[in-house]
Amino acid sequence: MEALSAKGVTKRYTNHVALDDVSLTIPEQSIYGLLGPNGAGKTTFIRIVNQIINADAGDISIFGERLTEKHIGVIGYLPEERGLYKKLKVGEQLLYLAQLKGLSRTEALARSKKWIEKFDIKDWWNKKVEDLSKGMAQKVQFISTVMHEPRLIILDEPFSGFDPVNAQLITEQILDLRKNGSTIIFSTHRMETVEDLCDHVALINKSKKIVEGTKKQIKDTYKTNTFSVEHKGTFSINGQYELVSQTKVDDNYYHSIVRTQGSLTSPNELIQQLIGLTDVHAFVEKVPSMSEIFIHLVKGKSDE
Amino acid sequence: MNKIWLIVQREFLNRVQKKSFLIATILVPLIFPAIMGGMVWYMINQYETAKPEVVHVLDESGKFTFTNTKRFEFIVEKGSLDSAKEKYNKTEHFALLYIPVIEIAKPEGVTIFTKENPSVEKVSDLERLLSDKIQDLKLESYNIDKETLASLKTSVNIKQVNITETGEEKSSNSGILYGLGFVLGILIYMFVLIYGIQIMQGVIDEKTSKIVEVIVSSVKPFQLMMGKIIGIASVGLLQFLIWILIITFVSSSVLSYFGLEMPQKQLTEQMMKQMPDEAKEAQEIPNKKVQELLGNLSEIQFGKIAAIFVFYFLGGYLLYGALFAAVGSAVDSIQESQQFQFPITLPLLIAYMGLFLVILRDPHGNMSFWLSIIPFTSPVAMVGRIAFGVPDWQLALSMVLLVGGFILTTWVAGRIYRVGILMSGTKVNYKVLAKWFMIKN
Repeated sequence: MEALSAKGVTKRYTNHVALDDVSLTIPEQSIYGLLGPNGAGKTTFIRIVNQIINADAGDISIFGERLTEKHIGVIGYLPEERGLYKKLKVGEQLLYLAQLKGLSRTEALARSKKWIEKFDIKDWWNKKVEDLSKGMAQKVQFISTVMHEPRLIILDEPFSGFDPVNAQLITEQILDLRKNGSTIIFSTHRMETVEDLCDHVALINKSKKIVEGTKKQIKDTYKTNTFSVEHKGTFSINGQYELVSQTKVDDNYYHSIVRTQGSLTSPNELIQQLIGLTDVHAFVEKVPSMSEIFIHLVKGKSDE
Repeated sequence: MNKIWLIVQREFLNRVQKKSFLIATILVPLIFPAIMGGMVWYMINQYETAKPEVVHVLDESGKFTFTNTKRFEFIVEKGSLDSAKEKYNKTEHFALLYIPVIEIAKPEGVTIFTKENPSVEKVSDLERLLSDKIQDLKLESYNIDKETLASLKTSVNIKQVNITETGEEKSSNSGILYGLGFVLGILIYMFVLIYGIQIMQGVIDEKTSKIVEVIVSSVKPFQLMMGKIIGIASVGLLQFLIWILIITFVSSSVLSYFGLEMPQKQLTEQMMKQMPDEAKEAQEIPNKKVQELLGNLSEIQFGKIAAIFVFYFLGGYLLYGALFAAVGSAVDSIQESQQFQFPITLPLLIAYMGLFLVILRDPHGNMSFWLSIIPFTSPVAMVGRIAFGVPDWQLALSMVLLVGGFILTTWVAGRIYRVGILMSGTKVNYKVLAKWFMIKN
């Protein structure tokens, strides 16, 4: 079952189209990266899923049901622009936000106690948010996002403003939540996050979906059949192969980039050829990083 | 519904738990009467202990003799006006009064020279002094003695009785009604303005702290807006209730401390003071008047007025509260809100001014009628009128329109609010607001 399935979602404003016929399929228990440059329409999509705004057209279903008001408690949302009530104490804040998501007061109390112990911030309970540091407030905000144990967690740039230690802590929590059955949507520009954590990715640019799939699928689609070879002694190659570059690394030790013109059934074909030409010390396929694909797609489109 | 209730609770507790709420709630009912009492005491004290002002008098008519009073001491000047002026100028005295040769029938040309602008009160005191003297001279010339004159003076005190449609008779007193309308009208004006701005401030805080996006992912913007408006209203009502309790408690304990006769005595004294001298002499029935006054107080239907007051109090607050919320949602700071606050507060200001200029003077006139019917001005105007007696159909019409009015403003405000709270950093003008209003949900 899909955690979220959007079909033909469109949102128009007076002067521009924020989302144009966007369809996304987000599998359950995946970590789904929603990528795109600023203003591409990511936030609009997330707001529509959160029912903050309504789409002009299109259907959204969540865990197999049509998205309605009763699903508010199923979703946890951490917006990019963080905010808490400054004058409110941490404890009251957590209770209030959880109750708004539909938890009873006793339930909210039990859950928040559990989380502040997990994050080791028990003595913050009676502190006002305005007295916390930015990182501290972010922790509180993260807790408030996941406290009602949402099955779908939407995190907009979750790591911005975190130091590496806290970022690690949050990453662990996210993986934990996924293990326990939650589906996570990341909206982010940070490609290392995508490389490390996401298994599914969609790229939105200029209010249209450009590409969607598992990370592997996308990389396969956009790989250029380029291989990096470390070898002793020079070689040259022709036919369906092209030697892109060959640089000397050490005494008689080289690093070459080889590209195939057509498609390969297996890299073994190339290895077999190379073995006859040189002493192969290392052979690895150059898989494009998500960052490269992202830049390639966005730039390619905007150049049109 | 449940969620609105949560928001109402939160907004209520946020404000009630603040120290400033406690301070304002307890101190205001103590401080205001204290300040007012202090000022009255000071003025009376100054009036009574003030040294008499020295007035130089140059009387060319030779008709007047001046005796020193509690307030004025007279120095008689002789010779020309110029020399009198010169003499006066060398002193620090209050004034030089110049009386040219005048005819009693047409006293013209009396002039007062002073160094500073004299207060109206002092000038009119001198005028009264002179006219009294001229009157005496006239009496003399008409051969009327003072006893005859005194017997001519008659004091008429019209007893006011309202006959209701059912033929029931009720005595009334316009003075009390005036005071009641005045106080109730001002209370509503202040409440709407103070708490309306609190709503706006609350919305701006939520918007600038960015919490609003989290909240509207859990509740509808309309629920958030209504929760805030109702929450703040309940703070206001609580504060109001505490004020009434404190004032009742303080005034009753003060009264019992001084003995219960206190207010009657005070009232009598006050009325004596307000009356002109001649009337005072003729006034022999002050006690009777006070009794009548107290009787009138008991005739006023305080229960009905209180109920109507609470209705308009809430109706006016809801009508304006929603608009203030919309303004808060559209701007990023209090400073930016000024341009939108003005058109909102304008009708409120019109009602406030109408209260003094029209309603309290002519509570049943055309203008008063319209002011108390139009929803934007009716909360202030109607409570100003209500004590004077308003026909039931007018009251009903006004109430229905007010309910309709706040449903309308809440609807309009809600449409602006839902878009505004998510827009920060945009330059907002009325065209933008109209666009937000039109956006489909």
